[in-house]
Amino acid sequence: MPRGIKDRVAIVGMGCSKFGERWDDDAETLMVEAFDEAIADAGIDVSRIDAAWLGVGFEAQNVGPSGIPLATALRLPDIGVTKVENYCATGTDSFRGAVNAVAAGAADIALAMGVEKLKDTGYGGLPVRSRGLNSDMYGVTGSAPGNFAQIAAPYRAKHGVSREDLKRAMAHVSVKSHANGARNPKAHLRKAIDIETVLNAPIIAEPLGLYDCCGVSDGAACAIVTTPDIARALGKTHPVLVKSIQFCTSNGWELQHGGGWDGSYFHTTRKAAARAYAEAGITDPREQIDLLEVHDCFSITELVTMEDLFISGEGEGWKDILDGFYDADGHTPCQIDGGLKCFGHPIGASGLRMIYENYLQLQGRAGERQRLDNPRLALSHNLGGAPIQNVSAITIVGLAGA
Amino acid sequence: MHAANRWFAGGLKTLAHGTRSIANWDEDAVTMAVEAARACLDGMDRSIPRGVTLASVTHPFADRSNAGLIKEALTLPDDVVATDAGGSMRAATLALRDALEGSRTRLVIGSDLRKSRIGSEGEMLQGDGAAAILVGHGEPIARLIASHSLTIDFIDHFRRSGTAFDYQWESRWVREKGYMDLLAGAVATLLKEAGLTAGDIDHAVLPISDPAAFRAAARAIGLRPEAVIDTLGANVGDIGCGHPLLMLASALERAGPGERILVTGFGQGADTLLFETTEAVTRNSKRGVARALSAGKSDDNYMRFLFHRGLIDMDRGIRAELDQKQPGTTLYRKRSAVLGLVGSKCGETGVVQFPPSAIAVDPNGRFRDTQSPYPLADRIARIISYTADALGYSPDPPTYYGTLDFEGGGRIVTEFAEVGPEDVEVGRAMRMVFRIKADDEQRGFTKYFWKAVPAQRGEG
Repeated sequence: MPRGIKDRVAIVGMGCSKFGERWDDDAETLMVEAFDEAIADAGIDVSRIDAAWLGVGFEAQNVGPSGIPLATALRLPDIGVTKVENYCATGTDSFRGAVNAVAAGAADIALAMGVEKLKDTGYGGLPVRSRGLNSDMYGVTGSAPGNFAQIAAPYRAKHGVSREDLKRAMAHVSVKSHANGARNPKAHLRKAIDIETVLNAPIIAEPLGLYDCCGVSDGAACAIVTTPDIARALGKTHPVLVKSIQFCTSNGWELQHGGGWDGSYFHTTRKAAARAYAEAGITDPREQIDLLEVHDCFSITELVTMEDLFISGEGEGWKDILDGFYDADGHTPCQIDGGLKCFGHPIGASGLRMIYENYLQLQGRAGERQRLDNPRLALSHNLGGAPIQNVSAITIVGLAGA
Repeated sequence: MHAANRWFAGGLKTLAHGTRSIANWDEDAVTMAVEAARACLDGMDRSIPRGVTLASVTHPFADRSNAGLIKEALTLPDDVVATDAGGSMRAATLALRDALEGSRTRLVIGSDLRKSRIGSEGEMLQGDGAAAILVGHGEPIARLIASHSLTIDFIDHFRRSGTAFDYQWESRWVREKGYMDLLAGAVATLLKEAGLTAGDIDHAVLPISDPAAFRAAARAIGLRPEAVIDTLGANVGDIGCGHPLLMLASALERAGPGERILVTGFGQGADTLLFETTEAVTRNSKRGVARALSAGKSDDNYMRFLFHRGLIDMDRGIRAELDQKQPGTTLYRKRSAVLGLVGSKCGETGVVQFPPSAIAVDPNGRFRDTQSPYPLADRIARIISYTADALGYSPDPPTYYGTLDFEGGGRIVTEFAEVGPEDVEVGRAMRMVFRIKADDEQRGFTKYFWKAVPAQRGEG
């Protein structure tokens, strides 16, 4: 294993637009909104940015190809901008580009931007699109809820969980995230709900009901990263440091190898998590990690991810959830900002939004929703694609010495 | 149907009984033909047919070999002769006669997706379906002993090329001049040439959908009442070109060795063929008419039928706007996987996969170009995961789909057809069927692929 990037890159500024149905904005103005916050937070002039990465998931309904939209929107000073697309891991991958550039010494200060403008499609949910010419011939053009719903039946079958128990645990995930989102002024959905509302909602894709699904939102989030030395020179006495970024991309084993993957878990998340913990020097994630921001595109995704991150034991995640382990006042809060479920899910921005929340929490700047037990290590996780073929991304950030 | 249309077409009351077969939204004359052919070739080496003919008046493509598409779905060898036959309701009996008189072992399929106006007699009398027969070399279940055909431009109904609906002439004239005179006359000539009488016929195929004309024709020919094969009008309906073959399949299922079967076809003349069964008739395919009838799923949603048949439009929403363009190049490269559901098996590890790839999927080693073709269409597969998706567009929501593992190896993610909530669970056995995947309305192209339906009893 490579020696990794632990503690070699610091985050000096972050910004996040309000997420939601931003009818009056386009991707360009959302990027400016997030950037204004980040550059003020960093306390630097734009001329100091050496390189930038732009993450956009659905470019066709959005800004279009290339890094040009970011360079133009922010009038960046004649630097290189790389456009990134990696399903729902897009935002984290743009962050990875910027962080690795700094870690490599190729840039002193780098910018990662993620943006998505999804409310220009004319309908709710993600845009329907081709997944490539070969897949168009023998793949299923399913919806995102349809794809992720498929993890439920094998999970039930493998762990002997009844439909009712699983549905109730899934509902708890959503009720918790709604309660958290209600305390977040930038969240898309800010209304607390009760469990009966979740259980009685119309079915979108069996067994996922309306409240088991996150909405899609417009929004942008960005990060400015640099070396710990430059961060300290900028006056950041306790900078938030990158402990690990790990990706795992399906190679077709889950999709094609009969009798292999059983459909009940995320193979890629387990691989990425193990590597991330090794890189960050974490040996007991359940006790060492203080905060979780995971890819709760659907309640069942969050439930299973608790196990794939090795926080809950296999087949035990649903019980931890019902016990309140992941509630805002629980042992390890998950989605304390409302998550994809309520903060919202502008695809390209989501990974950076998660890091943004962890960044605020580690600095004690999360306002009404601030966790008060001095969190020192926080994990964020993205999952792009479908359970059977996906990109999983894990970022761990923390304070010096954590 | 009649309950919905009685206010307008009260005269159809006498036909308003029984059921008719309807193709699902993702079926057409080609997909039904493939299914009939698979039943016919059940367990048989696919290199046996040296030709395939699709007889239909509803070919999905006017200029792209429909029979050639069937050849790909059946994974027949590339050097078979594939022929589209059409032109009249006699297309299948003419093709059958040509095949019997030819030198090749040939698969003859009759298949039609019937389309008739709302509130019409055709809507009540017709059904969708296909039937297939293999003729040529090998041990026969029946031999042709005589044949006779007539060609006369007698227009009981017609449909101009490129139009949707038949125009039908008065049924009394069709009965008297068409069936009682022309058809019965052709049978009389056939029997005279064979030195037989109507009483010598044990099973008679008269594909006549009008019940009164059917009875009148049988009487005019002089058939023994017990020799007349049921038209299946009360539970299938007239399936068009395939109907004489469907009734022949019925006759072969009930016939014992050494019995005579009369097959007729009618349309701008008549075909008459006389067969005699052999000892082998008792060993005919088990996937016959009764089994096909029991595999159906009942549906009394008339609005859904009309929508699927393109007779009414519904608001499909923006999601239905997804462009379904099919590049010719990619389909040509992947035709075996897409149309034939041919996967691959790694020669080093024995691991089966779909679709084939340059480097095998097996995680235990990197094997390049070690895979050989491995057909999956006739293998039972079990459900690993599934969902019922109400969000994505489907002509028949919700869309059921999921992951399946084939018995003997291989995995696929595909749509399910003809399932409800009670049909899907982890571990459930499914079988593969060739279906329409999507329609490119912009360019007029139909995309086909394989879907899963619940396996029948005894299949897994």
